[in-house]
Amino acid sequence: MRTVKAEAITEALAKVAMNANYDIGSDMLKAFDEALAAEKSEAGKEVIRQIQENASIARRECVPYCQDTGFAVVFAEVGQDVHVEGNLTDAINAGIRKAYGEGYLRKSILNDPIQRKNTGDNTPAVIHYDVVPGDKIRLTYGAKGGGSENMSKQAMLKPADGLEGVKKFVIEAVSVGGANACPPLVIGVGIGGTFEKSCILSKKAAMRSPHHRNPDPFYAALEDELKDSLNKLGIGPMGLGGTVTVLGVNIETYPCHLVALPVAVNINCHADRHGEMEL
Amino acid sequence: MAEYSLKTPLSDGDVERLKIGDAVRLSGVIYTARDAAHKRMVEGLDKGQPLPFDIKGTLVYYVGPSPTKPGNVIGSAGPTTAYRMDPYAPRLMEIGMKGMIAKGKRSDAVKEAMKKHKVVYLGATGGAAALIAKCIKKCDIIAYEDLGPEAVRRLEVEDLPLIVVGDCHGGDLYIEGRKAWENKA
Repeated sequence: MRTVKAEAITEALAKVAMNANYDIGSDMLKAFDEALAAEKSEAGKEVIRQIQENASIARRECVPYCQDTGFAVVFAEVGQDVHVEGNLTDAINAGIRKAYGEGYLRKSILNDPIQRKNTGDNTPAVIHYDVVPGDKIRLTYGAKGGGSENMSKQAMLKPADGLEGVKKFVIEAVSVGGANACPPLVIGVGIGGTFEKSCILSKKAAMRSPHHRNPDPFYAALEDELKDSLNKLGIGPMGLGGTVTVLGVNIETYPCHLVALPVAVNINCHADRHGEMEL
Repeated sequence: MAEYSLKTPLSDGDVERLKIGDAVRLSGVIYTARDAAHKRMVEGLDKGQPLPFDIKGTLVYYVGPSPTKPGNVIGSAGPTTAYRMDPYAPRLMEIGMKGMIAKGKRSDAVKEAMKKHKVVYLGATGGAAALIAKCIKKCDIIAYEDLGPEAVRRLEVEDLPLIVVGDCHGGDLYIEGRKAWENKA
């Protein structure tokens, strides 16, 4: 049994969260270069150039890429042979508190959905735990902007709707909400599982690099097909019209019940800020 | 697609010549307000209270900046999605607001009010928050300080890069732009 101190998790996560908000990362920068090459509309190209310049200012000056530094979403893979000295959930929240306080990140989290008082430190994070083999703790952090999250959708399709139904639902979600979600977008699609599982899968997918294809060739092909279909919508960068509406479509799947076909679409803006750490 | 350098306050004439797709570099004084500030402003107006700033000819920027780092004028300050302000915007147009700076689609009621009161809707690049902050030369909180990032701020901006996304002739770039580029990828 390996021991990891809670403080070490806090410190490492704080660094990852701060850095993710300042530095959009090489995978997204590469996606912006590709988007600029593919975009045909002048307004769309201008938006992508502004996005690229913004990324370089944010990185250079250590200021947030986007003012909405998001809900802190953390996927925690905890090795079953690790003992955490202290409280893991508290340690994660302390890391977020430190990053958002010391890093001049915006505090956007309210204590209650109806009574709506700001918690003042951007906690609590939304944490998804998974116990995995091994003696490491792996945390994947995402800063999930509120505007794009608001455009996300879930449906319990009928099995008879099949693959065509899934495609139609994804295209409809982006068609309706895409312009408001700060395109070019990264689309996370969760297919299968139960109602809540499909949503968690879609979040995981939205936080994946737009260059990583699903390992199953069937779904990798579907990711490419949906990307092409969505770019034909014409929404374009910032919704001003153009040929690049999405930077990538990422699909995650899970087995499902014989009467069900759950599908969730989690929309991520071009400020797809994510980072990982392992202890 | 024309390019204009505009200075606040805006006149009806300034607004009338702007068409969707035009590029605007905006300089002068603008005010920030978003969800909670709009609610408070409009509730105040309904009770006969004045706004915390003179709205005639001015533009309202829908933004909630990140905290200001020491030595900087303001934190990162990109636009928020506009539709949440749709219930309030026509009321501000009635009393002289000439423009809105934000991102995203608007309701038919807002577009009708823009025609009636000669108001322009200017799109800023969402997420380009560090770039936009560079165009903000001065920032003062003038009302509702308790709202934190949502407090009303008076901003002095220089050459803020914007695109006309809604004009006072009924033009909507979110509809027209998409139509022009559908099936072209």
